[in-house]
Amino acid sequence: MSLFELTWQYLTTAASWTGSGGLLDRLAEQLLLTVTALLMGLLVGLPVALWLGHIGRGGFLAINISNIGRAVPTFALLAVLVTADWPGPAQLGPYGRAGLATLIALALFALPPLVTTTYTAIREVPDDVLEAADGMGMSGVQRFWRVELPLALPLMMSGVRLALVQVWATATIAALVAGPGVGAIIVSGFARNHYSEGIGAALVVAAVALVLEVAAAGAQKLVEPTRERRVPAKVRAVVGDSL
Amino acid sequence: MTLLAAAREPSCYSALVNEWWCAQYVEDRRGDIVAATTEHLQITVAAVVLGLVLAFPLALLARRYPRLEATVLGVSTGLYTIPSLALLPLLVPFTGLSANTVIIGLGVYALTVLVRGFLDGLRSVPDDVVESAVGLGYGPTRLLFKVQLPLALPVLVAAMRVATVSTVALTTVGTLVSYGGLGDLISHGVQRNFRAELVTAAVLCVLLAVLLDILLVVMQRLLTPWTRQAAR
Repeated sequence: MSLFELTWQYLTTAASWTGSGGLLDRLAEQLLLTVTALLMGLLVGLPVALWLGHIGRGGFLAINISNIGRAVPTFALLAVLVTADWPGPAQLGPYGRAGLATLIALALFALPPLVTTTYTAIREVPDDVLEAADGMGMSGVQRFWRVELPLALPLMMSGVRLALVQVWATATIAALVAGPGVGAIIVSGFARNHYSEGIGAALVVAAVALVLEVAAAGAQKLVEPTRERRVPAKVRAVVGDSL
Repeated sequence: MTLLAAAREPSCYSALVNEWWCAQYVEDRRGDIVAATTEHLQITVAAVVLGLVLAFPLALLARRYPRLEATVLGVSTGLYTIPSLALLPLLVPFTGLSANTVIIGLGVYALTVLVRGFLDGLRSVPDDVVESAVGLGYGPTRLLFKVQLPLALPVLVAAMRVATVSTVALTTVGTLVSYGGLGDLISHGVQRNFRAELVTAAVLCVLLAVLLDILLVVMQRLLTPWTRQAAR
């Protein structure tokens, strides 16, 4: 049988999906990891980036965190975290083996797109709008909540979208350090020369990635239906759709 | 015999000590490290060059036929969304367990960034410059190569820097098909809990990315002397 037929057979066999360590099990694990890490990244990154954008400082940091994030291989960071005494490869509840190490790496790699786009989004609010807000007698807090944040929201959402794609990709790579997620099936499939399993799991990962991207694009459209959905070239040059 | 072994200091990369950084390791395994770095560099350069070669005609097509632009960008962004660890297995049925799998996979990622780099770059060329060139009798080909591409270079190089730096990092994932350059050392280091090996490889990865980035900046400065004068 050809590799394609074997892959099809793997994907259409119920046993591949069910059971401990099956596709569904791993998929749930990876989705849980992705959502948790994205929330962690949002909790840490958004307040800092919004504040820096509001006071107009720290642009150097906000821009360069993306450059650093791009240069450091995800795999390398995961490797260091897993090999270290802490967090190490310990099991973490529903997050699986090396769960904590994976979560930390995921949240760290969610930060660059979140921080850079959020900071830029706040800074991109036109000066005359800010002047008008000041002229109306708005306080700094009012200006932030009523003017800067609403105007920045669409661009911020594109940062969240980039972060989501990034986190999903990183969660897949966690398998290279014997971590959790669907990637584990890919890696073990390749390690045991069961290529059809690896390719089948890869198809599942790719399909979910596309679904997440489309869903995020839809959510972004809801925030501001009239605006251009694509990330402006200026922001892209900095964030670079990093994966 | 036993006395002799005990008297010798355990090296900093022995399993007992397992230090994160160990100069002795670098010295002892220099051959392996150089080979992995060379492979890493070769894969990265090949992938970015492949991305450039594919992106250029695609960008020209998208420019010539604006209706194609959305399709080209949409498809490449879709491919970009696929995690690297999933894209490589999907190429294996076609390219096998070879360096080509990694080069093609990473070339696809680079392509996405570079098509946009070409398009944004060409768009950044002022209209009046193009009009002047046409007025001077430049044909379409000469216009593209003598006027538009040189002026698009700063934006294009910015995209090349993004593509190159992320390709260096992503090459490590190639270890899935045993062609990951320094990624193979990281992988081996994780499996054997060998800290010095994986940290050395990780540091070299970052250094490689920084060096290639600097190289591109220098290249751009040499190729576009007018941007330096404008900045002054």
